[in-house]
Amino acid sequence: MKTLVIADHDNGQLKPETSKTINAAVKLGFAVDVLVQGADISAMANDVALIDGVSCVLVADSSAYAHQLAENTADLVLSLASDYSHIVASATTTGKNFMPRVAALLDVAQISEIIDVVDAETFKRPIYAGNAIATVKSLDTKKVITVRASSFDLQSDQAAAPLTTIDANLENQLSNFVSVEQTESERPELTAADVVISGGRGMQNGENFALLNGIADKLGAAIGASRAAVDAGFVPNDMQVGQTGKIVAPNLYIAVGISGAIQHLAGMKDSKVIVAINKDPDAPIFQVADYGLVADLFDVLPELETAL
Amino acid sequence: MKVLVPIKRVIDYNVKARVKSDNSDVDLTNVKMAMNPFCEIAIEEAIRLKESGTATEVVAVTIGAKASQEQLRTALALGADKAIHVETDEKLESLHVAKLLAKIVEQESPELVILGKQSIDSDNNQTGQMLAALTNRGQGTFASKVDVDSGTVKVTREVDGGLQTVELKLPAIVTTDLRLNEPRYASLPNIMKAKRKPLEVIAAASLGVDLSPRIQLVSVNEPAKRSGGIIVEDVAQLVEKLKTEAKVI
Repeated sequence: MKTLVIADHDNGQLKPETSKTINAAVKLGFAVDVLVQGADISAMANDVALIDGVSCVLVADSSAYAHQLAENTADLVLSLASDYSHIVASATTTGKNFMPRVAALLDVAQISEIIDVVDAETFKRPIYAGNAIATVKSLDTKKVITVRASSFDLQSDQAAAPLTTIDANLENQLSNFVSVEQTESERPELTAADVVISGGRGMQNGENFALLNGIADKLGAAIGASRAAVDAGFVPNDMQVGQTGKIVAPNLYIAVGISGAIQHLAGMKDSKVIVAINKDPDAPIFQVADYGLVADLFDVLPELETAL
Repeated sequence: MKVLVPIKRVIDYNVKARVKSDNSDVDLTNVKMAMNPFCEIAIEEAIRLKESGTATEVVAVTIGAKASQEQLRTALALGADKAIHVETDEKLESLHVAKLLAKIVEQESPELVILGKQSIDSDNNQTGQMLAALTNRGQGTFASKVDVDSGTVKVTREVDGGLQTVELKLPAIVTTDLRLNEPRYASLPNIMKAKRKPLEVIAAASLGVDLSPRIQLVSVNEPAKRSGGIIVEDVAQLVEKLKTEAKVI
């Protein structure tokens, strides 16, 4: 029994989800190898080797994997799969994209977004927007698993594990990369930030999100949004926190003008401390908030920025 | 070009799921059901492709118990040309669904399959990708924009940190994200007309797919509840509490 983790990165920077996914993989109880795939990835491969619990780093460095397209990433993982009982990746948009493809090609089920490892074949995962937690047991001989990284801790460091080069250069005949539009931001990533401040429909328009900037600067916070704010076109979808967006669990989550729909709560209710600012005292967000402030956000936000 | 749109009957998105008292599953008795929101977006996209002259036929398909024909009728009322109901009372997993859909793809030969990225009940986010693997097609998941050209489709994808655009050879599989479009409502005349549109029923068992479970549901529990908080008077008190009580700033 041996576990293969596929590292998550954004072509240059290893994502913190990788370390947290390795934390989950170590809990399975077997040796953990990590596949790093992409183009010009040697620095990241060296970083992975230093994560505690990693036995061996498999390095697939090729222009064929430059954009981490699902089609050949899945083929690459498949070519390595025979050595492993468990194949694990983060439930990021990259992992969610290629892992079900791997599972189907192996003819096994995928266990999505686990939040706890009960034993090597039994896992907990949220269903129905986190309104229920299912304990599921995999009956397949090979387990394909994605991990909700926010439910696991970062691993500490270790002396570097050995690196192995994977020569397979699997070209992809089905899809081509065209372009990428990276959201430019000086702020921490939503899923990695210690503090998150999010705006909802109560922000009224996209320009008003600027009211969150000063507070985010002072707290070193990432800025998020509810699905309602995304649906209304205030902000881009990659800011969405919720069942269908990003799942966050920061030390401090500040919800501004967010009513607290089921699907939003699913994305943030595991935060350590939740603050809600809303002028509607009956908003469901107050039921999960540690500190609620019933007030007009347009009065309160400038005040809060000054007070910090 | 024929477009196939697999859809799913799920709990209405406004309804909060309750766990059964024996912790065996979620209780769906007498709960309002509806078409999965991401499937509505998929139907809408297919209909728009037809309206723009790109698609010639839109076929909706669902897999499930007899009641899921209600959602197929909704799809027909929204503008799908015909519907296929793969009937089964079994509780199926994503892999089973993908395998059954692969059979329907074989039968219908659509150039494009558009599905929701995830259903709001099991929250798996797997079926489209699995179908792409099983039919050896390219996949454009979490789409916010779909542009069909001759022989290819360009899909702009919602990814962590921005947008990625890929070009897929047709036939291909696309899964929808929220911002792809805003689904329409069915008009009353169209709802009436939908009753006369063709709806083919196929027994799932007749498709020759192994539907034995790969995952055992051990138990279903309520998530840990957050203990109730307090309402603060003003910003000053909020900042004070965050500093001295919660110690998070």
